[in-house]
Amino acid sequence: MRSDTGKLSLILLMAPFALWIVLLIALPQFGIGYVSLREKVGPGEYELGFANYTAFLGEPIYWNTLLRTAWMSILVTFLALVVGFPVAYYIAKIARKRARAGLFLLCLIPLWVSDLVRAFGWIVLLRETGIVSSSLQWMGVISGPVELLYNDITVIIGLVYTVVLFMIVPLVSTLDGMDDAMLEAGYNLGGSRFTVFRRIIVPYAMPGLVAGCIITFMLTAGSYLTPILLGGKNSSWFTEQIYNQFITRYNWEAGATFGVLLLAFTSLVVWVGLRLTGQSLATTVAKE
Amino acid sequence: MKRANRSPFLNAVYATYIVIFFLYLIAPLLAAGVFAFNDSLFPSLPWQGFTLDWFFNDTEPKLGMFHDERLLRGLGNSLYIGVIVSALSVAAGTCNAFLFVRRDFPFKNALYVLMVVPLVIPGVILGISILVFASMIANGIDQGLGINLTWLRPGIPLIVLGQFSFLTTITSLVIAARLEKFDMALEEAALNLGANRLRVLTTITLPFLVPALFSAFVVAFLVSFENFNTTLMLVGSDAPLTITMYDRMVKVGSTPVLNAVSVFLMLGSGLLALLSVIVQRDRT
Repeated sequence: MRSDTGKLSLILLMAPFALWIVLLIALPQFGIGYVSLREKVGPGEYELGFANYTAFLGEPIYWNTLLRTAWMSILVTFLALVVGFPVAYYIAKIARKRARAGLFLLCLIPLWVSDLVRAFGWIVLLRETGIVSSSLQWMGVISGPVELLYNDITVIIGLVYTVVLFMIVPLVSTLDGMDDAMLEAGYNLGGSRFTVFRRIIVPYAMPGLVAGCIITFMLTAGSYLTPILLGGKNSSWFTEQIYNQFITRYNWEAGATFGVLLLAFTSLVVWVGLRLTGQSLATTVAKE
Repeated sequence: MKRANRSPFLNAVYATYIVIFFLYLIAPLLAAGVFAFNDSLFPSLPWQGFTLDWFFNDTEPKLGMFHDERLLRGLGNSLYIGVIVSALSVAAGTCNAFLFVRRDFPFKNALYVLMVVPLVIPGVILGISILVFASMIANGIDQGLGINLTWLRPGIPLIVLGQFSFLTTITSLVIAARLEKFDMALEEAALNLGANRLRVLTTITLPFLVPALFSAFVVAFLVSFENFNTTLMLVGSDAPLTITMYDRMVKVGSTPVLNAVSVFLMLGSGLLALLSVIVQRDRT
């Protein structure tokens, strides 16, 4: 009797989870997989096959955009790590107790501000009539207005800005748990600063580091607003291609193909990352 | 902590770096905020004097955000979507938390990973996949039964479903983290004293979870409110605020009314986040 009610309540608890994962995550993914394999041969007539994928490979603009998105995302992830690690270490280990909470909160504020507002802030700062340009003119550094938007460096600065917090937060929470005695032991045993960093700090921070890199990479590769608003017409970001195929051209078959490729690519990178570092999704991302 | 091998020079460099980093963090927010109060038609220098026109003025060309009907409608839609989707995802997240913290069942670890997966799927992909899947169902029903289900076409119901699909992961993790800290002895004591399971749940376990439920709700609401990527793919005629704002930015270009909206959003989300921090602090 007791185990019957137990089973019933387990099924009831399982129901929302199953509905959510099956109807909103799994089946829709199969849906775009299916549409991507569908080739339009006439009005309302379709054939199954890999025509959409061969069309993708036959068009250099498409796969160049994917490659560009890929390497820029990896670059942004790396830069976010380089920029964010010292900040995370400072907050977790060097700042005094009181300052620590304040700095951490300060880190979180931009997290709550929409991407759109942040990108808009960069536009106000960097465009031709923007603050940076007019301040430089006023100081006499340059003679005429200078356009700082619409180039790759600006896009990268903007992307690092958007995602660096997602790198810092997991790093702070793992570094926070590190016992200072471990560092002292490292120094006392004659380790140089670099050795202590490489042999003690980095291995200890690994779960947070991997979590930060995964989230950062996914957010960058899937970002839309920052590359488009800061990069302008020639940002050639892959999500923009997906949007164009779906909404502007109403070519769902091509759009779905792009979607599958982006998902496959990002999943591959995450999987390789987890493999190389010996972590799993449950020990990293879920730890937030 | 002993730090004999740290030179003052390096310390200063390090501190300077931290200051520069926070300046980098604040600069665009400041730029977006300050020009909401500049009495000019463009969000740029020179400074023309302080004004609140971009919030409250009711005539063109300086139409304030509180008199701009499209922005207000967008704000209304965002609030409506945010409240519904947060309530739904907190409810589902609570079920998931109990499921994974309290129960044992086959493939638990694999299913747990599946629960986290929506966080690592790009938002654009979630959006298009739900759009495609909903349209497939709607077309099937339309052809088979001749019924046109409008809620499966782009619009607010689809936006709610799309945001729900990844917000539930966030709420589940937040609530599960709190539930794990719960002392089972409390429930056992109540059961021994003769309370039934439902009574224990409503008088002991749920009150313990309230701070987590509240902060999960706030987080879900804020993320929903500022979501762009998933929403963009599912939007119909009732656009939420972020989409309305983006449209304005692309079609009209930057105008200080967008700075005003930015200030409004920053204040709003700042207050909500603060509230959630306070609620959490009180209870722990």
